[in-house]
Amino acid sequence: MMYFARWKVTLILAILALGTIFAIPNLLSSRINAAIPSWLPHPTVSLGLDLQGGSYLLLAADIDTVVRERLTNVVDDIRTELRKANIGYTDLGIEGNTVKVKLRDSASTEAARPLLQSATQGMDLKIGADGAVAASFSDATVQSIVQGAMEKSVEIVRRRIDETGTREPTIQRQGADRILVQLPGIQDPERVKELLGKTAKMTFRFVDESVLPEAATTGALPPTDEVLPLASAPRGGEASFYVVMKRVMVSGENLTDAQATYQDAQPVVSFKFDSIGGKRFCDATKTNVGKLFAIVLDGKVISAPVIRDAICGGSGQISGNFTIQSAQDLALLLRAGALPVPLKIIEERSVGPDLGADSIRAGIYACAIGFAMVATYMVLAYGLFGIFADIALMFNLILTMALLSLLSATLTLPGIAGMLLTLGMSVDANVLINERIREETKLGRSPIAALDAGFRRAFSTIFDANVTTLIKMAILYVLGSGSVKGFAVTISLGICTSMFTAIVFVRWVISVWLRRRRPAALRV
Amino acid sequence: MFRLRFVRDNTKIEFMRGRIIGLVVSAVLSTASIILFFYPGLNYGIDFRGGISIEARTSGPADFAALRTQLNGLGLGEAQLQQFGSPQDVLIRLERQAGGDEAQQKAVEKVRQVLLQKFPGTELRQVEAVGATVSGELFRSGMLALGLALVAMLIYIWFRFEWQFGVGAVVTLILDVTKTVGFFVITGLQFNLTSLAAILTIMGYSINDKVVVYDRVRENLRKYKAMPLRQLIDLSINETLNRTINTSFTTFLATMPLALVATGAVQEFAIVILFGIVIGTSSSIFIAAPILLFLGKNRLRRGPKARAVVDDRP
Repeated sequence: MMYFARWKVTLILAILALGTIFAIPNLLSSRINAAIPSWLPHPTVSLGLDLQGGSYLLLAADIDTVVRERLTNVVDDIRTELRKANIGYTDLGIEGNTVKVKLRDSASTEAARPLLQSATQGMDLKIGADGAVAASFSDATVQSIVQGAMEKSVEIVRRRIDETGTREPTIQRQGADRILVQLPGIQDPERVKELLGKTAKMTFRFVDESVLPEAATTGALPPTDEVLPLASAPRGGEASFYVVMKRVMVSGENLTDAQATYQDAQPVVSFKFDSIGGKRFCDATKTNVGKLFAIVLDGKVISAPVIRDAICGGSGQISGNFTIQSAQDLALLLRAGALPVPLKIIEERSVGPDLGADSIRAGIYACAIGFAMVATYMVLAYGLFGIFADIALMFNLILTMALLSLLSATLTLPGIAGMLLTLGMSVDANVLINERIREETKLGRSPIAALDAGFRRAFSTIFDANVTTLIKMAILYVLGSGSVKGFAVTISLGICTSMFTAIVFVRWVISVWLRRRRPAALRV
Repeated sequence: MFRLRFVRDNTKIEFMRGRIIGLVVSAVLSTASIILFFYPGLNYGIDFRGGISIEARTSGPADFAALRTQLNGLGLGEAQLQQFGSPQDVLIRLERQAGGDEAQQKAVEKVRQVLLQKFPGTELRQVEAVGATVSGELFRSGMLALGLALVAMLIYIWFRFEWQFGVGAVVTLILDVTKTVGFFVITGLQFNLTSLAAILTIMGYSINDKVVVYDRVRENLRKYKAMPLRQLIDLSINETLNRTINTSFTTFLATMPLALVATGAVQEFAIVILFGIVIGTSSSIFIAAPILLFLGKNRLRRGPKARAVVDDRP
């Protein structure tokens, strides 16, 4: 037990050396780190938002709306197709996840079948002999719709945040319908929150001038129209709402670029269409000169200018009641694209940089004081064997730091607390071993036999104790969130490394000491 | 050579004499804690209750009256103000807003504006807003974590020892956890996610301690085949007494600076851990061991007929 093969010694020393190399960059300032040649490893532990300051936002997507929207589109398609083919129907609508319609004449089912099939692609379509039609998405399809919408949302959120120039944001999908956004260094996330709170669905549509405003207020609207309010307070003589056609002339998806500029000293947003959008816009405006079209953003009319000429240049301008900031934000949103689902913020945690710095300082003080007290106590209680344990304790901290860096784990404030607790717990291994050696010595065993028995008998106890702690930390890691995860990680790493430092390393140190000094009796 | 020892070696304290008192005191404390849990109840923090919590540092000593008037004028419900740390530091807590997550976000924005505009130079050191969905989920997963941890411990100890050990350890853990909950109620410390981490840590620490004592009991069961269980448990506790005290003491020393230097949630965390160390250590001796004695009296020890072997080691 107290003999170490040469390769084992080499391995022990190699692990300690590597650990030290990986841990050292964390102690140096960033300026010195930048000077380290890049071929040398210098990963550092990334600090959690609670230590470096920043904002943590948890967004929830309203996924029901995605499916609902798809169903609404299907209803519109069925209505258009059946009307075009002059097939009578009643009771067209959505019930749960199913689109239902009843054909007036069951004889028309065969004529309607191909039309319904094309309108309900990807859905399970059932046409009864009596003309009752039901179409619904399978669970798998709903899943893939939601999946697609979430992936797109993450992408759009990333683009929007990147456009604001935030450094190193983290954007992750979490669970079925959540997106986690971490913004280091951002203390007041108001602007980001505002940007993420908008769906930014932009459409260009015609205003239905044939409908009188009174019809809109009484609700006597054709099903192809809707009433939309004006985004900003109406200016002199303007109506506060418009009757707008549901049919979309060109949508925001066909925009390739948008920038905030000035026209007549007023902030405006200029945009460019892609080729499809340009052509559609050109065709639509050519045949409708003199009419009004509405620029609609998230269900509100930004402006409704008159078409003076065919617009075929593939670009245009939106003038509304913009400030410089709101024009810039709109341009940003248009560039980044629309969110397929509305997002809402369900959790926010922001920490100022000062508090973070204070926490780091407190953490370092606490670690230093804690280490000093534990180390002193160990020497007082176990003499030379206490010093061995202290060296092991130091390497335990170093190796934990190194592993945190290597795994690019995040160090949080609870993580620092975990580090301190590890100090107490890993020293427990040496306490157990030393007490055991003491007992065995008292029984009159030779130094080698006492050491041997001490390590062997203490091992199973240490192992059981550590496994129980690891089980708990695993549970905490899986079920905990954010900074609490950091606590579980540091404790787990600390315990794993302590198995090496407190047992293997200390045994090797003692074996070296034994060979050099050859003590006749142990004084633990 | 000098050695610092809290108890001398080879103590022969008859701990099992106090087994009834130990269990009764523990049961009374735990029952009281459970009553306290229902009335007045835990001071749930925003993680589990939802709401808004803002840590602000004003440019001068905080004017609590003015802060209170301004914040209560927002129509967001009664704002709770609390000084902590220096007189400049104020902790502002608002109840969860009715009207869902949007209302919550609007409220945060309002408070932010009032603080920055009416009290120039104010620094918002920490802003937290948790909605109803999230707080509900956190609470459920937190309770799940506690339950799972208990079951996992029972299974592991059962697997490594005998079932009597597993039951003894888990019953003791439940008693430890209830007392810790009582501690939360009495001190009024906020019960948050970190508190849950603290409870799990205490459970980990406490079970460590039980494992050490139980491990020695198991070893002695093999070694002294004829010794009555009561005497054997006493012997095992005495043999591990120095280790128990030394480990508790070092862990205590390691955690104490955190309780003194840190602020806010981490300080509360450290305070709870310190309490847990005391509870976990004493429960190994006064609760886990007596339970083992009661459960194992006729099972772990099959009467005095067994052959007397004093020491089976070479």
